[in-house]
Amino acid sequence: MVNRTPLFEMHQQAGAKIVDFAGWDMPIHYGSQIEEHHKVRQDAGMFDVSHMVAIDAKGEQAQTFLRYVLANDVAKLQQPGKALYGCMLNQQGGIIDDLITYYVSPNYYRIVVNAGTRDKDIAWLTKQAQDFKVELSVRTDLAILAVQGPQARTKAMQVFDTKQQEAIAALKPFHFLVSEDWLIARTGYTGEDGLEMMLPATKVVDYWQKFIAAGISPCGLGARDTLRLEAGLNLYGSDMDEAITPFESNLAWTVALEPNDREFIGRAALEKQLQQGVRRSLVGLVLTERGVLRAHQKVVAEGIGEGEITSGTFSPTLGCAIALARVPANMSAHCQVEIRDKLLPVRVIKPPFVRNGKKVFE
Amino acid sequence: MSNIPSELKYTSSHEWARLEEDGSVTIGITDHAQGLLGDVVFIELPEVDTEIEAGAEAGVVESVKAASDIYVPLSGTIIAVNENLMEKPEIVNSDPYGEGWMFCIQPLDEEDLNELMDADDYAEQVASEEH
Repeated sequence: MVNRTPLFEMHQQAGAKIVDFAGWDMPIHYGSQIEEHHKVRQDAGMFDVSHMVAIDAKGEQAQTFLRYVLANDVAKLQQPGKALYGCMLNQQGGIIDDLITYYVSPNYYRIVVNAGTRDKDIAWLTKQAQDFKVELSVRTDLAILAVQGPQARTKAMQVFDTKQQEAIAALKPFHFLVSEDWLIARTGYTGEDGLEMMLPATKVVDYWQKFIAAGISPCGLGARDTLRLEAGLNLYGSDMDEAITPFESNLAWTVALEPNDREFIGRAALEKQLQQGVRRSLVGLVLTERGVLRAHQKVVAEGIGEGEITSGTFSPTLGCAIALARVPANMSAHCQVEIRDKLLPVRVIKPPFVRNGKKVFE
Repeated sequence: MSNIPSELKYTSSHEWARLEEDGSVTIGITDHAQGLLGDVVFIELPEVDTEIEAGAEAGVVESVKAASDIYVPLSGTIIAVNENLMEKPEIVNSDPYGEGWMFCIQPLDEEDLNELMDADDYAEQVASEEH
């Protein structure tokens, strides 16, 4: 069975090329992926990400539960209205999924997980929740929109009333507000300013049209992928999976080992890995010669070892190919990538490549 | 629907071929092919004077999404390549049958062109791929 978001007909009307994404009919682009990419870097673009899954965790042990199933510590969220990115791990420290947790109110959190991992995430969370006083509910009644770009907030605000406008203008990064049945967060997956909004699915067609009227361009999942890769943000299933730990995925910053008496799933395995030494890391690659880096191409560092590209693309902002690659931890600053039987030199950098419209590595 | 000019010949791997007045044959990729690939960002073309056999790889088209080989539909010698595509590969998207041509070949045997599909056959193949 193929799933469709409430905006499917809007996408068709806008001339979208529709592809299957994790069992969903989603727009890959509406004409030109590169133009949509530039719109987000320079102005404002909008993505339908309603295939992603919002799950509410409510109950007196909601926080205790999330502190146990997530590698980041939701106790860092001291006030409602703040969000936190992190990973959900298995006992081996492997990544089941990456997600954002929103602290809505005392005893009430919301997490948003990936579409492709929906079923296993729900099964895992449900199983772990048995020992806690927490109720989980999958919010299939919600749609999710992301408006991203330097003009995204300003343009999106026009659609709301004065009071909401003031609240949105005052939002700090990784903060959110709840207004009636909406949750509006200053978060994103593009490396630009913007908002991610959860709203009733019944209202989303109306607001999609309002945001377009406010000058925000529809953008497909193709541009979303090149934008996130430029921003050095991992994609679950490509750059990380259940056989990979956060330490091997450039995500050590999302693992809260302090306080050291917090028990969480995967902790013992991560501590063991730290003791033994982390042997692989996720780095950025830049190809200055003509060609395009792609997932699964081989990375060769003479005298050090080999690795593999996990995501690669042509960067529309930089005009050259970029990639994320899993390589030996002691990687040199230069190495080679095998493209169609030829070895081409690439530079090794620490991601991101682009933030707020500009190149950020030397 | 993609554009399939009736005067051209086609391959199952989505190249088009046009017989020129001087007996040479111009090769490019079809509108359908560029639509599948999406934004083209980089093109590798053969070198002039290369002798090449029908069915061999003559180059590569890379889009944001994927890399796709270009196959030579008939044996012969490469006599010209479209250097403009080095700087402006996006022409392949905007004008696949015109300014977006890729290379020109002097065929060993002009008759080989008759082995290729005509527009109706190619349209049928495209339609079957879309369903």
